[in-house]
Amino acid sequence: MPEAACIDATDRAIIDGLQGDFPICERPYAEVASRLGMAEAELLERLQRLLATRVLTRFGPMFQVERMGGAFVLAAMRVPEADWLRVLDIVNAFPEVAHNYRRESDRNCEFNMWFVLATETADAIHAVVAGIEEASGLPVFPFPKLQEYFVEMKLTVRP
Amino acid sequence: MNAVVDPIDRLLVVATQRGLPLVVRPYHQLADEIGIAPEEVMARLARMLENGVIRRIGAVPNHYAIGYTANGMSVWDVADERIDQLGVRVGELDFVTHCYHRPRRLPAWPYNLFAMVHGISRAEVLAKVAAIATILGPDCSSHDVLFSTRILKKSGLRIGA
Repeated sequence: MPEAACIDATDRAIIDGLQGDFPICERPYAEVASRLGMAEAELLERLQRLLATRVLTRFGPMFQVERMGGAFVLAAMRVPEADWLRVLDIVNAFPEVAHNYRRESDRNCEFNMWFVLATETADAIHAVVAGIEEASGLPVFPFPKLQEYFVEMKLTVRP
Repeated sequence: MNAVVDPIDRLLVVATQRGLPLVVRPYHQLADEIGIAPEEVMARLARMLENGVIRRIGAVPNHYAIGYTANGMSVWDVADERIDQLGVRVGELDFVTHCYHRPRRLPAWPYNLFAMVHGISRAEVLAKVAAIATILGPDCSSHDVLFSTRILKKSGLRIGA
């Protein structure tokens, strides 16, 4: 399990201040920098470092692919331990796999690989699921959302 | 693509899906790359924000790096006729970042309500999960919490150029 990274108070203010509402104007970083009380160049330099050190995994627009006619579907697999690395390579090689997490529970839930498939058309999901099943030899269980009750990924930096 | 996103919007998606340029005038750089005016880049991004193609423009922190070292996907077997009402209530809790109704996959998977809970420790997450259990009460017959133990990939959307 990775440890929490070493970030200072300025980094923290940047991360908390940049989780949404990034301005659309000629010099958006300058506007955010003045809001945060720092120079534009310092904000850019720190953002570069936070991305390079993977404190931030991304900075930019978050797309809702469903609104473009595509699909975003959670899926899971039960991967035997002895087969883990082979299956991981196969699954991660699919560009449609947007993220992938290993998960475990105290109740020994066998569904241990959980990933999100993002495709440009809704129909393409079935082909990707079939492709992963064929390449891995294991079943893939898609869990499409039937109803969304809440989504808000904003998390403030913990001390 | 469909009526909501035209071919130029699509070029903007492809140009920004890995991230916004870290330069003084990022929208001008995108305009140069795509071959349209900076004002059009900004107008199109603003429109996509308005119609929901873009949820937000901002930073995506690595949960672990900012202190949320425990990330639990709580999953619940909730009575179908009550799930919409209860899902909204669980989604309102300030520590739940995602809450969805998803299909059961019987017999392997009996759970139909998914609520993501983040915390600084498993104990903190489990205490929050207990609060969800209280809300669901007798309408929930079983649940589990799947903690992430490793990020295996985190690249986000990748559509072809």
